[in-house]
Amino acid sequence: MSDKTTTADEVASRLRSGMTLGIGGWGSRRKPMALVRALLRSDVTDLTVVSYGGPDVGMLAAAGRIRKLVAPFVTLDSIPLEPHYRAARERGAFELMEIDEAMFMWGLHAAANRLPFLPVRAGLGSDVMRVNSGLQTVTSPYDDGETFVAVPALRLDAALVHVGRADRQGNGRYLGPDPYFDDLFCEAADTAYLSCERIVDTAELTKEAAPQSLLIKRHTVTGVVEAPNGAHFTSCAPDYGRDEAFQKAYATTPWADFAAQFLGGDEQAYQSAVREGEWTS
Amino acid sequence: MTEVTRAEYCVIACAEAWRDAGEVLASPMGLIPSVGARLARLTFSPDLLLTDGEALLVTPDGTVEGWLPYRQHLALVTGGRRHVMMGASQIDRYGNQNISCIGDWERPKRQLLGVRGAPVNTLNNPTSYWIPRHSRRVFVEKVDMVCGVGYDHAAGARYHRIPRVVSDLGVFDFDTPDRSMRLASLHPGVTLEQVREATSFELAVPDEVPRTRPPTAEELRLIREVLDPGNTRAREVGA
Repeated sequence: MSDKTTTADEVASRLRSGMTLGIGGWGSRRKPMALVRALLRSDVTDLTVVSYGGPDVGMLAAAGRIRKLVAPFVTLDSIPLEPHYRAARERGAFELMEIDEAMFMWGLHAAANRLPFLPVRAGLGSDVMRVNSGLQTVTSPYDDGETFVAVPALRLDAALVHVGRADRQGNGRYLGPDPYFDDLFCEAADTAYLSCERIVDTAELTKEAAPQSLLIKRHTVTGVVEAPNGAHFTSCAPDYGRDEAFQKAYATTPWADFAAQFLGGDEQAYQSAVREGEWTS
Repeated sequence: MTEVTRAEYCVIACAEAWRDAGEVLASPMGLIPSVGARLARLTFSPDLLLTDGEALLVTPDGTVEGWLPYRQHLALVTGGRRHVMMGASQIDRYGNQNISCIGDWERPKRQLLGVRGAPVNTLNNPTSYWIPRHSRRVFVEKVDMVCGVGYDHAAGARYHRIPRVVSDLGVFDFDTPDRSMRLASLHPGVTLEQVREATSFELAVPDEVPRTRPPTAEELRLIREVLDPGNTRAREVGA
């Protein structure tokens, strides 16, 4: 069976400018930040990013890597408004497809099911229809005759997700209470890269957990990266919570300073800088 | 017992949104609506479902009784078995709500959260609003971006309903012929003039404006001793 283990930088080298990139997690929760940091070290740009947005979006926006964003929100959760995303939006830095949370989910479902669209009862009457002039409606062919929004498939060139444990083949187990939509991102993508806190033997995945926690299936995964603390500074329950102090530093430090201080080196340098905790003073 | 505070009237006004709601999920956003939802569950709406704010359904004492991750939550919304109380950065006379941005959407003056689930909420389950600081900046003539759909945009959508808006000044509904916002009750200590001053559009006002009801002694005990002993509610709405 194929061993799919690789490194974050190797993943970044397989991504291309102009790609549509889905990023798992939700807000400032279980974001594949080690992969995002690797992406920031590469010269990949001009991305269409599809995300329930958190600091992944804020960082890529601040670094000028986003051409178009597809999102229902961008937030740091405990800090409601993502400052770098806000700044980028307020200077008109990229195109935005702003859709509702459920529309977003059904767009991924459509992509995963090889459908061009799925009908939803959401969006009608709201300005989501005004600001996304390409969105079409569809009429029920049955007696009810109701009108729905036809959410287009959000097909992804690549997906990045992060979970607690994975084996070398790309089976992934999540340990927290919410799977978010990470499996759906992988299914909606042509290639998917799974980072995890720890790579374990396949047998160990279900040693202390029910098989229902095996969220990611290997046939949807292209590469597996072991990235301890790889969701930092977002949460990865129950392994660790959000690093609130660091997140605050991220939100209040000018982007150039933050990037120079934390993103100039590799992932190991980042994790050392985090451990040293100089930013707390 | 000391005098009932404005925050406590707000808790009661929020709790009342879930009266007779049945076996539905109460989704409060904001601190005072959270206390209100749990108060309703402990008193007059014992069948309500509550969440821990993440993926679990819990009883008021925190006992887990179910699992509700985001994707199931979205199915529950479209199934209609939920009454959410959202926030609003702007709201207009027909209940259109904005949490996306201030100014022109193409190049916003202030980027806010984004539409979040407001479009799907308002077409599928009853959606009320909680506004801790009633002002002309929030109660606007026209919202900059319609996120939550108001009555004039809903085109009679079959499940669209905005039961109430609660602010620190009073309770509002849309019980008028043209479904525009009406003052339903004033919190004690608030004048009609104050509300008009803080509202950019003309409110429908009944000839006799009721006062928001006070909490019962038992409700007050639950709020103060069980649900919010740290009095965090006072941080959201001062005296």
